[in-house]
Amino acid sequence: MRPAPIRRSFGQALVEAWSGGAGSVLPFGFFSGTAMLVPFVLGSAPDRLASIGPGMLWLALALASLVTLERMFQADLQDGALDLWVQEPAAISLVALTKVMAHWIVSGLPLVLLTPLYGLMFQIPIDTTVPAMMAFGLGGLTFFLWGGVAAALAASVARGGLLIALLALPFYLPTMIFGGMTVQAGLEDPSFLFLLASTLFALGVAPPAMGAALRLAAD
Amino acid sequence: MSGMWSFLANPHRFLVFARYAVPVSYGVGLCLFAWSLYQALWRVPPDALQGGDIIRGMFIHVPSAWLCMGLYLGLAIASFVWFIWRHELADVAARAIAPIGATYTALCLVTGAIWGKPTWGTWWLWDDPRIMSVLVLFFLFLGYMALRSALETRQRAARAGAILAMVGAVNVPLIKFSVDIWSSLHQGPSVLRAEGPAMADVYLHPLLIGFGGQALLVSAMVLTLMRAEIFTQQGDRLMARRLGES
Repeated sequence: MRPAPIRRSFGQALVEAWSGGAGSVLPFGFFSGTAMLVPFVLGSAPDRLASIGPGMLWLALALASLVTLERMFQADLQDGALDLWVQEPAAISLVALTKVMAHWIVSGLPLVLLTPLYGLMFQIPIDTTVPAMMAFGLGGLTFFLWGGVAAALAASVARGGLLIALLALPFYLPTMIFGGMTVQAGLEDPSFLFLLASTLFALGVAPPAMGAALRLAAD
Repeated sequence: MSGMWSFLANPHRFLVFARYAVPVSYGVGLCLFAWSLYQALWRVPPDALQGGDIIRGMFIHVPSAWLCMGLYLGLAIASFVWFIWRHELADVAARAIAPIGATYTALCLVTGAIWGKPTWGTWWLWDDPRIMSVLVLFFLFLGYMALRSALETRQRAARAGAILAMVGAVNVPLIKFSVDIWSSLHQGPSVLRAEGPAMADVYLHPLLIGFGGQALLVSAMVLTLMRAEIFTQQGDRLMARRLGES
């Protein structure tokens, strides 16, 4: 197995994600916009914001991950890159995993790095910020992995954004539960290990499923 | 058993089987279901602990919960069989199971809400793991049907649907576990326990027989849909041949 196609697709995915419409700005703007609306809807009392803040950021992260999913594989199908990957000796599931990683770096990681800032704005206590960042990082990766499966399945569907969201959301549930508990209870809580386990589970199950779905889309 | 399945994998033999199995399943299933409803509505004593007369709703609610889980399992198995061996009938079965499964999850949620109001004092309870599991199952069925209808050819719909159903099936234990961690107001399991059922026989027997009747009705519905699908395909093929000749 040659590593070259994987490295190439990684770099290409990064470049595409930066320069294309689905760069960091879009999820960042969506994340900020969703977060900004919440105090107006639910009230801005500092103690209320502190109690709902982490959960609200979780929700914004999950929704922001959905924004970019539609473009994850659709462009590769349209410009023919997918047909070339299928013929490469490198396993297509690894190529798909690379794409997901690149998308996570571009669209998920900036939101994790912004968590302290949002933590200040939403009166989230400083000592829950670090668990929140860990949980957001792992949870975001899991969201992109399951979302990648949905995106690969719906790659050939025009305007499949809503369909992808419907397919992906049930798979988000365990991560949301464990992640929400981790943010509230800290990294010593067993829920952090469960969150880690669900991420590893997604790392094991999602790439083969993405590979099978992409091979179908390329047919 | 495997001999029977490979015997039925032939669509023509399946049609012959279904021609007799469908009316028999409907007939026997309706009789059992009617008997259990008669027991539930007139014979069974009201249960003080479960909110009096509302216990009669159990004879619809509990079988629908079992059936919707069984239908998702059936969907996953049919998808697996189709994905590995490409038995056309397995895909026909998966396609027929999905709408019935979605209906039964909805039935389970609605009857659960009706039962929840007098016993728990609320129609809906986010903390309850079983409500959440069935709700997730409902969305898995919906997503499966939406994906199938969005893809243009039958073959693609079958492949994508099979992948989705299998990924969903390996995720169901994780989802179940994660929602179980949440605190529960539901009573613990009371039928399948190591020390035997905790339910009195007067409730248990109509429940199990009614479940058998509803399971037969569900399999009759699945077989009916499968038969209709095979007939549709045969009709398409016939029309294509006619058009080719003319």
